[in-house]
Amino acid sequence: MHRESDQVGIKIGMWLFLYSEIILFGGLFVLYAAYFFEHPQSFVAGGKELNRIIGALNTIVLLVSSFTVAASITAIRRDDAKRAQRLLLFSLLCGVVFLVNKYFEWGAKIDHGIYPNSETLVNGEPGLNIFFGLYYVITGLHGLHVIIGMALLAVSLFFIRSGRVSGSRYAMLDNAGLYWHLVDLIWIFVFPLFYLVL
Amino acid sequence: MEHETVHPPMSYKALAAVLVALLLLTVVTVAVSYVDLGFFNVPVALGVACLKVTLVLLFFMHLKYEGPIIVFSFIGTVTFLIIMIGFTFWDVAFR
Repeated sequence: MHRESDQVGIKIGMWLFLYSEIILFGGLFVLYAAYFFEHPQSFVAGGKELNRIIGALNTIVLLVSSFTVAASITAIRRDDAKRAQRLLLFSLLCGVVFLVNKYFEWGAKIDHGIYPNSETLVNGEPGLNIFFGLYYVITGLHGLHVIIGMALLAVSLFFIRSGRVSGSRYAMLDNAGLYWHLVDLIWIFVFPLFYLVL
Repeated sequence: MEHETVHPPMSYKALAAVLVALLLLTVVTVAVSYVDLGFFNVPVALGVACLKVTLVLLFFMHLKYEGPIIVFSFIGTVTFLIIMIGFTFWDVAFR
């Protein structure tokens, strides 16, 4: 039986989902903007607590992985499944590096008594409490998206291996890639908002 | 919908050029963040972020090659986002 797949429809569906994700994070950025206006000094002080180098490193890791995912789509469309698999594997590795960095970053904060409902934050300045509350919610939600994105990339990798994703049928990989780029997109805003406030 | 043809895959070279631009912009934002520009630090950081996001959207997410449905619905989403963030911030700032 010949089954026609609607490439455009698949893409529009994915984009509609991405819009809802954009609005989800947009809502959190509204909160950030409003509280930043109320407590500018605390936000600056909070931003100084975060490690700019780790933040920049994670930015670079995500950008490179976005590139390798985009390149893997080019590879699969040129029927070079081997290269597509290698590129995806590398992207997954980047995701792991990102999460490990995040683990150390959160771990250091928690060691310093900076975590939601910790005594340092609850008894300290309210602005700082809000800053780190937003920090944990936004980077946490973003981290969750990294994990989901990695799962989608892993499934795509598996499908390439089994031949279900190929040069003529790559919508799964394309959409997984779109999701991964969205994760990158959100981080591009998270990075200056939290790490680079002066 | 018949005219909505599939665009050819982007070359590795073009993708790599986008990556280099993104990395350079990252270096720029980090470098600028060490300089105290007073009020201008936030607009500069957000401006560079917008530039980076545009590059990712146009080339990595190939929005540049999509049909009108996706392009216009995307613009609609961004417009809504701007209204949501802008008006909320306006309300908070001038209350």
